[in-house]
Amino acid sequence: STQEAGLTNGTPVETSSPASVSSLFNRLQLDDDLDADSRDPYGCTETRDLFVTVDDPKKHVSTMETYITYRVSTKTTRIEFDLPEYCVRRRYQDFDWLRIKLEDSQPTHLIPPLPEKFVMKGVVDRFSEEFVETRMKALDKFLKRVADHPVLSFNPHLNAFLSAKDLNKRQGLALLTKVGESVKHVAGGYKMRARPPEFCAMGEYLDTFSQKLGTIDRIAQRILKEQSEYLTELREYGTLYSSWAGSEEELRRPLEGVAGCVTTCCTGLEDLSENMSQDFLPVLREYILYIESMKNVLRKRDLSQAEYEGRLEAAVLRKQEDRTPIPMEVEKCQDKVECFNADLKADWERWQSNKRQDFKQLLTGMADKNINYYEKVMQPVINDTLTRFK
Amino acid sequence: MAEDGKEESMATDDDSDKTAEDGANSLNSMVEEGCTLLRRMEICVAEAEKRSGKNAVNMQETFTVYLIETRPMDALNEGRNPAPDSLWRRYSEFELLRNYLIVTYPYIVVPPLPEKRAEFVWHKLSADNMDPDFVERRRVGLENFLLRVASHPVLSNDKILYHFLTEVLGYSAADSRLKALSATFRVRNPDKRFMEMKHYSDELQSHTSQLLRARARVADRLYGVYKVHGNYGRVFSEWSAIEKEMGDGLQSAGHHMDAYAASIDDILEEEEHYADQLKEYLFYAEALRAVCRKHELTQFELEMASQDLISKKQQREELATGIVRTFSFKGMTNKLFGQEAPEQREARLKLLEELIAEGEDTVKEKTVECEEHVERAWVDMQRFKEQKDKDLREALINYAVMQISMCKKGIQVWGNAKECFLKM
Repeated sequence: STQEAGLTNGTPVETSSPASVSSLFNRLQLDDDLDADSRDPYGCTETRDLFVTVDDPKKHVSTMETYITYRVSTKTTRIEFDLPEYCVRRRYQDFDWLRIKLEDSQPTHLIPPLPEKFVMKGVVDRFSEEFVETRMKALDKFLKRVADHPVLSFNPHLNAFLSAKDLNKRQGLALLTKVGESVKHVAGGYKMRARPPEFCAMGEYLDTFSQKLGTIDRIAQRILKEQSEYLTELREYGTLYSSWAGSEEELRRPLEGVAGCVTTCCTGLEDLSENMSQDFLPVLREYILYIESMKNVLRKRDLSQAEYEGRLEAAVLRKQEDRTPIPMEVEKCQDKVECFNADLKADWERWQSNKRQDFKQLLTGMADKNINYYEKVMQPVINDTLTRFK
Repeated sequence: MAEDGKEESMATDDDSDKTAEDGANSLNSMVEEGCTLLRRMEICVAEAEKRSGKNAVNMQETFTVYLIETRPMDALNEGRNPAPDSLWRRYSEFELLRNYLIVTYPYIVVPPLPEKRAEFVWHKLSADNMDPDFVERRRVGLENFLLRVASHPVLSNDKILYHFLTEVLGYSAADSRLKALSATFRVRNPDKRFMEMKHYSDELQSHTSQLLRARARVADRLYGVYKVHGNYGRVFSEWSAIEKEMGDGLQSAGHHMDAYAASIDDILEEEEHYADQLKEYLFYAEALRAVCRKHELTQFELEMASQDLISKKQQREELATGIVRTFSFKGMTNKLFGQEAPEQREARLKLLEELIAEGEDTVKEKTVECEEHVERAWVDMQRFKEQKDKDLREALINYAVMQISMCKKGIQVWGNAKECFLKM
């Protein structure tokens, strides 16, 4: 039996900032150790004590709606969890809820992105095997990234997500409006003086990187289109050899041989294109979303810096006027900004490192698929056809 | 008629083994037993040049001329290296020669010329007759044509062919028999083998032309796929500029993507050679069809002559016996206007006898012509079939080898790119 987290009895669990600066620094130290691991994220598993998986999609049909749920399995040795293993079913909405909760409760951290929420009903089949498969892989990645994060993985909302029988999500709405207001409040009055150079560099990098990824996406789509048209012509081309073979005697075998090779080529191409659209493009697009998240975090950081600078300026002016001391709030703001900056820098490093691994894997995979394609096409030509010819 | 162009063997018919040196004759396989021109003479179409001049309607035009070079084989075999005799000819002159051969040897499957205009082009190749690649491929095609003709056991002995290769001569247009080949007529008893051959030639023509069209479309698409990959090169390079550790790997990988995109040009250029081989047999199919049609023509003429003879004999019988067996206009007018005078009847009978004698000669002639054509054509069609099977088999093997080579190149380039990605 699972112990219900505080959520279900109405107690707000939201933590608006980390417990204390010192505990945060402790966690950052842990982060340093983990940095070593992030170079080889799946290699060193001794320090990892939380493992999550998303799989087994199932369709649910009710009178109101049809939707897909996924199995979320957890294995952990952490004391924050009551049991060592959990197995729950969650749908996309639930992942979305988790993400919003994480964003709200950890505003200074980079939250990994989710796959696209809305899909054009007429254009994409939400229940097709490919779509569900692609989405599931993205959800799995999202959850793994959260579970690997030294701060986010300890978030109670994650705990609830992984362990609760039924997620009570009503809390989310109330909090959402609260957060919305505070953001507005901050944005209303304050303007930041200058973004510190290291964050400027981050911003520029993200802009350019996002642009390049967009270009790669377009190139990949173009390749898919060209390959598809090539495939169409190739199919007809192959059948022509077969039909010619029908009117020949001596030449029948070599002609059928060529027809067979063309067929192999077609199959290979289908696989190549499928891989491109199922595996390559989704990962690419997900990173573009990730970049957007990053940019949002940078903006939030700017906002909190602006708030601090604004309050500080106001307080200094008042002090000059009537010697009112600098209020605690201002110091709290300063703490907040410094935490934010530290969190962001740490997250940035780990994000860069993960990005390097992810793209190394992605591009190497693309190269491998192309190599496999050529090897597959070449084999029957060498083995079968030349013996037919002789 | 068919004997006009033939000449006595120019040189002594050597049974001695004067086989052409491999280096001197790239189409060794075409040299057959018996004395063909190719054994006595090395032939090549060495160069192509642009000329301009006034044409038949006195308008300025530009055209290409081809240099035909010939050298005596015995000189080469003795190790001497004499300067070749040479002359320039343009495509239309080759056409005249071929038309002459078709008419003079109607039972021979005459080798085809390379295409007059560039057909089956995919977008990268131009359809311009002046395009250097087209001219070059045509030069090779013309040389191929001459070598095939000069190594043919029958065609190679033709005097006009010899003059074409060695002297500057004009050619008159083909005679009316060529026109007869394209007429439509119904034959009662065609040789079954010829009808099958004609059907086969239609099939061959249809298959090769469809294949050539499809191949051009496939080439077009494949070109697109490869070239788009070149964009990766540029974007990887731009991306590498903002990266630290990943930069070098990305940059080098980009270069390999550029190489991949560039590799398609050579690949498709090589494939054109395969297309040319298919084209040759597309046109050969037409030549085969012409031989079959010629059979139909001679058979038709024979049947007409026989029919004519039969009807004349019937008329004679009617005239002699007065019994009208068949309905005829003459018979009717006789009935209506009365019989004619005996002198007139005698005159008509005499004329008929003459016509019948002529008719019998014609039937004999046509029968011989028909039988000869069937015999000779069957021999050459067998020869053609063997040649076709051998050539196309070789072409298909070469095509398969080209595909293997393309795959190997692909593996290499992507392998190199992978190495770079791993270093990121």
